[in-house]
Amino acid sequence: MSKTEITAEPGIPMIIITREFDAPRELVFRAHTDPDLLVQWLGPRDLALAIDRYEVRNGGAWRYVNTDAAGNAYGFHGVFHGEPSPDAIVQTFEFEGAPGHVCLQSATFAERGGKTLMRTVSSFQSVEDRDAMVASGMERGVHDSGERLAELLARLQAS
Amino acid sequence: MATDRLSLVFGALADPTRRAILARLAAGEATVADLAAPFSMSQPAVSKHLKVLEQAGLISRNRRATARLSRLEAEPLREVTTWLARYQRFWNESHERLDDLLAALQAGQEQDPCPGPVATAKGNDDEQD
Repeated sequence: MSKTEITAEPGIPMIIITREFDAPRELVFRAHTDPDLLVQWLGPRDLALAIDRYEVRNGGAWRYVNTDAAGNAYGFHGVFHGEPSPDAIVQTFEFEGAPGHVCLQSATFAERGGKTLMRTVSSFQSVEDRDAMVASGMERGVHDSGERLAELLARLQAS
Repeated sequence: MATDRLSLVFGALADPTRRAILARLAAGEATVADLAAPFSMSQPAVSKHLKVLEQAGLISRNRRATARLSRLEAEPLREVTTWLARYQRFWNESHERLDDLLAALQAGQEQDPCPGPVATAKGNDDEQD
């Protein structure tokens, strides 16, 4: 089974997410650019996603709003840079609760043997921006696990 | 969890020597001399790194006889991993949903090579609520 890997290096304002999907890259690309498909998967199931605009072209704007069960709404918007294609989708990303803190996201899709490896690189303006984004963006139930600590320690020892 | 503490922890973890020191302390308490031994580094230089780690709460130091012992403190590391775990869960869940969607789309494609209408979610479409 495929697993989402997230890398956040200390001291570097980036997050890299990789994930393999059992589908051709054209389809994975479509799931990222067709708003009717995007609403069906982006975000956890208990958050409703409403897409306000999604102009998939060079210079096109996008905006969507996440709403939780309590009715709290969180808006996000940005602009596509360059013509989005299965080679790359480059866009800015800004949480409307923190205007001016803009993240640049670049997603690439590599197909091999009918599967697609997606790699998303998010570049933030500062490490603080990145940390705040991760800390505030997903205020959901936390399962603490000693496993993760063990993994981190193992990684620390390997480096 | 205080974000400033998180910054201190990340700052402390940003240095490879400090990560190596933490890895060594994961095996047990150590003196500055113990910690300096594997590195081509003076004891005062190691002490500087220990100070950064101590300020981040990643280690504590106490004196036993004449030697000052450093010890790993796990809690800030736990906070860091918890911080990332939330983000991880967000994307895990999104990607699991995407897996399901891609499977459904591919299953549909076998019957109909041109599934789904072209999206028209641009602008102000009024949903039922």
